[in-house]
Amino acid sequence: MREFIVAIRVFIVLTILTGVLYPLAVTGIAQAAFKDKANGSLITQDGKWVGSHFIGQAFDDLKYFWSRPSATSPVSYNAASSSGSNLSATNSALMEAIEVRVKALRDADPGQKEAVPTELVTASGSGLDPHISPAAADYQALRVARIRGKSVEEIKQLILKHSTGPDLGVLGESVVNVLELNLDLDKK
Amino acid sequence: MVGMQTIIYWVVLLALSFPLGKYIARVLDGRVNWLRPVETLIYKLGGVRENESQSWKAYATGIILFNAVGFVVVYFLQRFQASLPLNPSGMSQVSPDSSFNTAISFVTNTNWQGYGGESTMSYLTQMLGLTVQNFLSAATGIAVLAALIRGLRAREVSSIGNSWVDLIRTTLYVLLPLSLVLGVTLASQGVPQTFDSYAATNLVQATKDGDGKPVTTQTIALGPVASQVAIKQLGTNGGGYYNVNSAHPYENPTPLSNFLQMVAILLIPAALCITFGEMVKDRRQGIALLVAMTTLLLLFMIPSIAAEQNGNPKFVSGGLTTNANWEGKESRFGIENSAIWATATTAASNGSVNSMHDSYTPLGGMMPMILMQLGEVVFGGVGSGLYGMLVFAIIAVFVAGLMVGRTPEYLGKKIEPYEMKMASLVILIPCGLPLICTAIPLIFGTGQSSMSNPSAHGFSQLLYNYSSMSNNNGSAFGGFSANVPFHNYLGGIAMWLSRFALIVPVLAIAGSLGKKKVVPVGAGTLPTHTPLFIGLLCGVVLIVGALTFIPALALGPIVEHLQMTAPAGGVH
Repeated sequence: MREFIVAIRVFIVLTILTGVLYPLAVTGIAQAAFKDKANGSLITQDGKWVGSHFIGQAFDDLKYFWSRPSATSPVSYNAASSSGSNLSATNSALMEAIEVRVKALRDADPGQKEAVPTELVTASGSGLDPHISPAAADYQALRVARIRGKSVEEIKQLILKHSTGPDLGVLGESVVNVLELNLDLDKK
Repeated sequence: MVGMQTIIYWVVLLALSFPLGKYIARVLDGRVNWLRPVETLIYKLGGVRENESQSWKAYATGIILFNAVGFVVVYFLQRFQASLPLNPSGMSQVSPDSSFNTAISFVTNTNWQGYGGESTMSYLTQMLGLTVQNFLSAATGIAVLAALIRGLRAREVSSIGNSWVDLIRTTLYVLLPLSLVLGVTLASQGVPQTFDSYAATNLVQATKDGDGKPVTTQTIALGPVASQVAIKQLGTNGGGYYNVNSAHPYENPTPLSNFLQMVAILLIPAALCITFGEMVKDRRQGIALLVAMTTLLLLFMIPSIAAEQNGNPKFVSGGLTTNANWEGKESRFGIENSAIWATATTAASNGSVNSMHDSYTPLGGMMPMILMQLGEVVFGGVGSGLYGMLVFAIIAVFVAGLMVGRTPEYLGKKIEPYEMKMASLVILIPCGLPLICTAIPLIFGTGQSSMSNPSAHGFSQLLYNYSSMSNNNGSAFGGFSANVPFHNYLGGIAMWLSRFALIVPVLAIAGSLGKKKVVPVGAGTLPTHTPLFIGLLCGVVLIVGALTFIPALALGPIVEHLQMTAPAGGVH
């Protein structure tokens, strides 16, 4: 019986330590040192939130760069309910979905004959991937340049401006932030 | 194939494990005291008699009572969260079966998640229920390990330490400081840490939902994420704040945050090998176990990376640039980082993911599955991985003893029938549970009805998920509909057994070994730090796993691989 009471008392003390004081300490330090990041790196434009640096959005307008396919429901890029497709490599639904996406990209830009970058037509793990590879951006540059009446060179400069990575020169992949690239396009 | 990132990962991980391992040894031996006033206060408030030492039965009673309290608290927090504070986004109460499953899951260091975090749990439940258990289940594992090591090095004493002191000191001196540093660092990379409610932002381009209704805003789930992610990785818990875990760009925003989390996954399990060597005053013993674990993990990590890079043969023929398997992987991490993570997280009983294992190629996904089926002893959970591996070491010296007809001994302790009976339990339960728990739902049809992918892969989903729960891992083939009463209850029972039905015999071994006298090393003693022993140990782990699981694997990933690579018009 004594052991049972000790168990409850130790549990309460450690709960206060790890479940209250610890999260509050991290919150206090994070809010003081990097408030913007701790609050989700939200992007403000004309006094309104237009998204987050880290959360992708869906695009299918020809004048925008398109993000990777998203498997969230009921809408793609639902940032309140992240999800991958969980389709297996041998599930016929996977190749069917990829074929539809390839066709949409080809129809949007009949002049673009090159192979489609794989990650541009496969669903991301989170369904919220804010990035595409530089190759996937270059693939779409012709279309965006044509619709917006700009030179391909100008568009590629913008892509370069919004490219980051690999971190420390070796970690991860080189990527382009789609939302920020599109916001920048709209500014010009 | 294997690139710079894999090499850098291993170098950093192994380099950090040495100083941390020595530090943990000093913590467990009571030689670290920089938070002494806080420690004393906790003993006072908790009613702990610091200098009381316990027999193995008293130690086990303490551990089980403590975890039972944890189960009750996490269960009721979920059941009543709708009427409790800190619920700004208005989450409703969680169902009884899901609450049961989740409470056991977090108490047993499994962190299997049948629910989606951001659409189910209030901030209060995440902090006071889940984050707390992330610490306490990790502390439980390390405490049990400390007791086993004390049994191994003791000379004819019946005490194996004090469970309360071990739990408290591990939390205070190891888990909290490391989590604080990692949590703040992750927040600096962009992981949210706030108590504000979810943000509603305007979409740049309006879109439509499934019913064709226009959608112009995006609700972005926030919360105290960084603090929970830090301990989720360090404590080999793996339970994500968000549904997709560390694939979520908030839970794991940058390649650097990804690297730090990957190191954190294996850091304490690797360091504890060094701790072991320090505590038994023979560093070579600890290094030998670390080498064995590293070898075993590389044996599965490298093929998984290769399988994902070789990818899906239908991609290039479908007009894409590469076969590399990008389905379910994040752009910023890439293929190599995803497969390193997938194998590290299943070798350790962590179970967090940064890519969707369900969408891996058959062989790429089989490697994480096997690592779980080996009983979570290749690094394994904090504490639990090493006490599992030490039991395998006892089996290995027993096998070697049989070959030469000598009574086996480990670290000078004779291994006799009582220890072998307990060790057999520790080995056999993780072999039997996954297979039995895979078979039961198939008999009742609930296995088939939860599968989301066709044919062989559907079976792989079932096998993977019960291998995960029955070994306290927690990762999933996520398409499987696990959040139904049948799987919630069966899985809950499996998780409880695989944790506490192993802890009790491990502590029994600790108690029994502690009472024995140390026999001097003789000419016939098998040294347990040599390459020969490392090979023997790896062999025993692999053979037990292979004999148990190859038939089941043949029905799942192996046949699926043959289906995937068969020429068109060939095997169907």
